[in-house]
Parts: sequence; C-alpha cells; structure tokens
Amino acid sequence: MFAGFDFDVIARSLPYLLREGMTFTLTLTALAMLGGVVFGTLLAMMRLSSFAPLAAAAGAYVNLMRSVPLVLVIFWFFFLVPWIGGWLTGGGTIQVGAFWSAVITFTMFEAAYYCEIMRAGIQSIARGQVGAGYALGLDYWQTMRHIVLPQAFRNMLPVLLTQTIILFQDTSLVYVISATDFLGAAVKVANRDYRLVEMYLFVAVVYFVISFAGSQYVRRLQTRVAVLR
Amino acid sequence: MHYNWRWGIFFQASSNPGETWLGYLLAGLGWTLATALCAWAIALVLGSLIGTLRTTSHRWVVRLCGAYVELFRNVPLLVQMFLWFFVLPELLPEAWGDAIKQTPPPWASFYPAVLCLGFYTSVRIAEQVRAGIQSLPRGQMMAATALGLRRTQSYATVILPQTFRIILPPLTSEFLNCIKNSSVSLTIGLLELTGRARAMQEFTFQVFEAFSAATLIYLVANLVIVLAMRRLEHAVRVPGLIGAGAPTGH
Repeated sequence: MFAGFDFDVIARSLPYLLREGMTFTLTLTALAMLGGVVFGTLLAMMRLSSFAPLAAAAGAYVNLMRSVPLVLVIFWFFFLVPWIGGWLTGGGTIQVGAFWSAVITFTMFEAAYYCEIMRAGIQSIARGQVGAGYALGLDYWQTMRHIVLPQAFRNMLPVLLTQTIILFQDTSLVYVISATDFLGAAVKVANRDYRLVEMYLFVAVVYFVISFAGSQYVRRLQTRVAVLR
Repeated sequence: MHYNWRWGIFFQASSNPGETWLGYLLAGLGWTLATALCAWAIALVLGSLIGTLRTTSHRWVVRLCGAYVELFRNVPLLVQMFLWFFVLPELLPEAWGDAIKQTPPPWASFYPAVLCLGFYTSVRIAEQVRAGIQSLPRGQMMAATALGLRRTQSYATVILPQTFRIILPPLTSEFLNCIKNSSVSLTIGLLELTGRARAMQEFTFQVFEAFSAATLIYLVANLVIVLAMRRLEHAVRVPGLIGAGAPTGH
C-alpha cells in the first residue's frame, strides 16, 4: 500500500518542521494558555461578582465566544487587530503579523473556556472559607489571592490541562491565516515536494503522540492532586 | 484609517449570478446545517454503538473501542479533514481513488467533510453515552436480567432509553459544537457559512459587514437550537431526578 511513497521527505524536512513549525505551535500554545488562564480567571471573578452589570458583561462575552466557530474568530481578529492597533496608536492600521494576531485571538477565545472552568473551580470552594478570610481582616483581592484561587486552581488543574491539550490541537487552525505553525510548515513542504500523503500522516502521528501523552499525564495527575474530603 | 461601512452591500448582487450577498450567506448556512446534520446522523449511530460497547464486559471489545476514541480525540480536526480529503483517495485502490477525485465540486468536499466531522463527533458522543450508562444504578441492568431479558434487549429497552434522556443536555452542546466545527470544512473548499463570509470579504472588501453577518447568523442558529432543545429536554425528562425539577401535581 505504501509502495510508491517517499518517507525520506520527512527526514529531509524534519529540522524545518521542528524549528519553524513546532516552535510556533508550542510558543503559541504556551502564551495563549498563560494569557487565557489569567484573563479567564478575571472573567470568572467578574461573572461571580455581585455587581450585576459586570457579571452580565462577562457572561455576554463568554457566551458570544462560545457560540461562534473558532475559524470565524480567527478571521475576525486577523482583520480587527490592525484596526484596533491603529486606533490605539492614533496612526493608520498597523501590521502585527500572523503570530501575534494568533496569540491575541487564542488568548481572547480560550479565556471564555478557561473562565467557565475557573468559575466551576471557585464555586467548588466552601462559602465559609470566604467568610473566614473576611473575618481575618483580608479584603476581596487578598481573600481571592491567598485562599480561594490557590484551591480553585488545584481542584481544576486536570481540567485546565485538558483544555490546554484542546488548545494545542486548535492552534492548527491558524492554517486559515497562512501562518507557519507545525501543520502550516508541513503543508508548505507537502505542496513543494508534492508529498501530501506522507506529510499529513506524519503530522497526524506527531499530534497524536503529543496529545495522547498529555492526556495520559493528566489522568495520572488527576488521582495525585485530588483532595480527599 | 477610515473604514467605509456599507451595510447596503447585503442587498446588492453577489458574485453568484441572480443572488444577493444576503442570499449567498444564507445558502452558506444551508450548507453548514446540511454538513452538521449529516455528520450528526453518522456520529449518533457510531457514538452510541461505541459508547455502549465500552460498558460491556468483553475486554477486547472495550479496549478496541477505547483505542478508537483515543485515536479520533487526539488528532486535530483540521488534520483529520486533510486525511479524509487528501490522503484517503491515495490509500484506496486506484479505481476508487480516481472515482473520488472526479466527484464534481461541492460534493467532492461535502462528502469528506461529513465523514470527517461524523467520525470526529462520534467519539464525543461515545464518551457521553458511556458516562450516561455508567451513571445509571447497577440495579437497572440486574432487574432487566432478572426479568429474563437478553443483554441486547436490556440495553435496547431499559438502559439506553434512560441514558439518552439523561444525556440530552450534553448532547445538545455537542450538536452545537458540531455546527461550529463544520466551519473547518472551508479548508477543503466547502463554501459553508464561514467560508462564504470569507469569500464575500475577499470579493467586496467589506470585512466587518461580512463577519458581523456570519456571527449574527451563528448566534441566531445557536439560540433557536438551544430553545428547541430546552423544550425537548422538558418533554422527555426522567421524573424523580434532580434535573427534572419539582414534580407537578396531577
């Protein structure tokens, strides 16, 4: 079945695939995870706020992001970011490039999903803990930082990591704005050497190995970080 | 640094003869729904089968179905799309591959998109079905067995009807995901809603009108489905469970 295939193309292009492509993919995943978790946690705190307009605004943002396809969001930000950048700096539209456009997109998009995870995490903390924090004289931010959020993060760590594995797979969609991520690099080699079958199978195997290893790790972690009650 | 808004663009003739841009986008919604629904049909059948098999006591069947789930869950949807579209015709016998390559335009990307999305969604449904079955009390299966039902009869008449009623809410969000994921098929040339918004943007340069319209159409479609499913959930809820709310008097 694989008679006419040239698997040597993988060996030849491996340095390019890893140096250009995988670096892009992993950096994007890491930055979007960091930004997404921070922004998502803020959104979760807003959604749980007793100040109704703040809660409504955060809820609207999260629901909007979750009802639109990621591909459309990528397009939106790809065209929107130069205009917003130009508006902020007061000049014409500014070019930010595919990478930073992608970082902004994925941070904003994944924040909605991380928000829902963190909201569940915060809600899983006993109400008495917040009361105890206030009784000790801590203010809202101190209670959040020292009491609620550390526990919420710990409880939600497996879910946050699972979402990050999904994020890692989703970053392949930057293909639609012609960015050179791992898949994008493979597509370029595949079209140049006309070796689509070999390259796409290889890409699938690499994504599978990384995601599978990640999900197995999360499964192990799940039993380790579980708090016995 | 001045964007020229032209909302009237939607009523002007599109690149498709005899169609306005609005009609062009709505036809895109038609393709989106057609792709999602066909994929959903495949996913529901395959997913229910795999999910059910994973709860049986045949060790090898359970393992095989587990491997199936891991396989489709750990490869990005876009890569799977490319595998169905570019790679599969090359791996099939030559005559079949040639027949696939000669399929006329919309169908050449529609069939792979449906198959890809169907298999991709099936593992998510399988996980929901498995979780649903495992959430039922073990006594249900024992009672079915005690009544003299065979294993398949017990699943068909006792276990699965309850499971589907319980997992309806997560199935709804999976269906919404299925609609959203169908946008990935633009990468293999299917002009569904997002693909058409992109085409409209390239043709008219009215970026924000095109994407606003697409976003709005997705939101409305989402809302309609959520409201419809809420009614369905209400109609088929299992009496006595927390999700069913307080019992109503008769």
